[in-house]
Amino acid sequence: MLDILFIGLSLGSILLLVALGLAITYGAMGVINMAHGEMVMIGAYVAVLSGIWLRASLLLAIPLAFIVTALLGLLIERVVVRRLYGRLLDTLLATWGIAILLQQAVRLEFGLSFLGIHVEGLGAGLQNVAVPSYLQGTFRLASADINAYRTFIIVITAVLTLATWFILYRTAAGMQVRAIIRNPKMAAACGIDVKRINAMTFAFGSGLAGVAGVMMSGFKTVFPDMGTTMVVDGFMVVVTGGVGSLFGTILSSGLLGEINALVAIGTNDILARAVVFGVVILVILVKPSGLFSFKGR
Amino acid sequence: MVFNRREFLKTAATASAALALPALSSRAFAADPIKVGALYSQTGGLSVAEKLLANGVMMAVAEINAGGGVLGRPVEVVVEDGASDPKTFSEKASKLILKDKISTVFGCHTSASRKAVLPIFERRGAMLFYQTHYEGFECSRNVVYSGAVPNQQLSNYIPWIVQKLGKKKFFIVGSNYVYPREMAKVSKKLIEAAGATWVADEYLELGHSEWAVMVSKIKESGADVVLSNVVGDSIIAFYREFKNQGLSQEVLPICATVTSEIEIAAMGAEYAAGSYTSFPYFMSIDTPANKSFIDRFRTFVNDPKAVTYHSLEAAYFQVFLWKQAVEKAGDLSAEAIRAGIRGQTYEAPGGKVTTDPDNLHCWLTPRIGQWQADGQSKVVNAYPAPIKPLPYSAYGETESNLFCTSNGLDAAKLKG
Repeated sequence: MLDILFIGLSLGSILLLVALGLAITYGAMGVINMAHGEMVMIGAYVAVLSGIWLRASLLLAIPLAFIVTALLGLLIERVVVRRLYGRLLDTLLATWGIAILLQQAVRLEFGLSFLGIHVEGLGAGLQNVAVPSYLQGTFRLASADINAYRTFIIVITAVLTLATWFILYRTAAGMQVRAIIRNPKMAAACGIDVKRINAMTFAFGSGLAGVAGVMMSGFKTVFPDMGTTMVVDGFMVVVTGGVGSLFGTILSSGLLGEINALVAIGTNDILARAVVFGVVILVILVKPSGLFSFKGR
Repeated sequence: MVFNRREFLKTAATASAALALPALSSRAFAADPIKVGALYSQTGGLSVAEKLLANGVMMAVAEINAGGGVLGRPVEVVVEDGASDPKTFSEKASKLILKDKISTVFGCHTSASRKAVLPIFERRGAMLFYQTHYEGFECSRNVVYSGAVPNQQLSNYIPWIVQKLGKKKFFIVGSNYVYPREMAKVSKKLIEAAGATWVADEYLELGHSEWAVMVSKIKESGADVVLSNVVGDSIIAFYREFKNQGLSQEVLPICATVTSEIEIAAMGAEYAAGSYTSFPYFMSIDTPANKSFIDRFRTFVNDPKAVTYHSLEAAYFQVFLWKQAVEKAGDLSAEAIRAGIRGQTYEAPGGKVTTDPDNLHCWLTPRIGQWQADGQSKVVNAYPAPIKPLPYSAYGETESNLFCTSNGLDAAKLKG
């Protein structure tokens, strides 16, 4: 039973890892960022490229990916998203376009493949990331074999979640973000620089996605399309948890992860996924604004 | 059908014009290139695998052209993009056959795309050359199948696992679609015949890469060997999860039917070291012909680390089988190719291959490879010679009782 719960915890932490960034960009800014999955993908490619070209380990790739994707997120916010605030469907389309652009950029090696230049680590093929040997296999804890890499993911997810909570609830900038979540116009009237805070928030959310990408690269395949399915799971978690609620996102990812694991052990993975989607639909039907939600906006 | 006189004349005129036109044009431009089609996904999720296959075809054509072409004419490839979508495959197949007037197409990778184009090839009388190992259960007179069918991957594999590795309890795992399910069907027969048992037959969604629960089930099942028919990028996540849950390939080896050099390179060799795959071709086959093939392929795709694998080799040699068939028949029509290709033999990079005169599949040599720490396989077992393809082995087809012959499928046997 303990190992099933561990698997559920692990599935939940992976969901949370992707959803955390979304919870912030979607929750705080009301931007449906379809390119979030591509930020995960870029993060994974940072791990691939830093492994090949800098001989850097997976651990070093984590801050590196955060910086790269945060800067990319900042750029996207400045160039595209900023002009589309309040236009939900337009941001959806625009960020979807960005997602396709990013995928193709990686696939075509930023255009270099037209010139016959091949950059190792880029292109349409499958890539792999070396995982340090101490993160492979299992370690023993109280007479149970625990999966080392999954534990690593749980720990990193916990650290990121704590960091996000700290920034949102214990810093001045975080208070401003929360003010914007509740009511952006009122926040602006109180002297908060909404544009600047939004840009920072978007960059932070993108950076979190980049870290998620590094973690994914350690046990999934890295290829240009890898982000597309993740963004669906991410939105599922955020919507179930309640838009704008960090706690709701954490709870719903844990819940969906455990449901997935329990049903999968009892029956099979295919049914488990269907049950998870069933639960999501039920939650949205019963509580349209998710498990936890704010009044306001 | 009842014709009135006017309609009869009209039909006759169209028909004779249609007959006369190609004759005229081929006489007028005798050194015109021979057009063939290459129908693979150049875009979409399957493009990674299918572009490589297209490369195999293109390289074979380039070599044929360098050697003087076919019937003294150069070969020109018309490339079409199936876009990872069976419907697009069928549209593009129609385009190649009807608009470009092509009688031979090399292409398709998934069974879904092959099934989608099959009616077009059969109705329009064109030939498809299909290189991917597949589940069998097909007997088209318009397809030459150069990849392995289940009996060529499993008939030596399962008895070998039971006798040589001493394994008794199989856990069968696959992706949820027709190929793994048919492979499981054949496997179960062979497992029972070899005196072993199977404890589970489980599937994961195609393209799904969350293996935590499945691997934990494998761990709990008491099985001593895993037979994997998992396909695509799920393979990588599977092998990684396997090691990460502390399972060892020495104690509980994964014996796969799809895992090739491509996936091994993508997952990192240390995750697969010690596991097995059954394929007619491995990159590690140590012959001058294969070494030269690998070098030429790497030069052709301009990637010094490119790997070669079963489907790629088949994509390559099927073009030469086609060339020999055309030269034997002296004609490009589908009937001529079909007649010419029966029994054609070619020295492929991995050894001799022969097109079966009965069912147009290929005689291939089953081999078992064990993956090493360097990402290459060591061939630990091989048949002494190529064996006959039996596309209906899951339903009781044997060499002395063929279901699929040159007359087509004997449906009565399938029911019995």
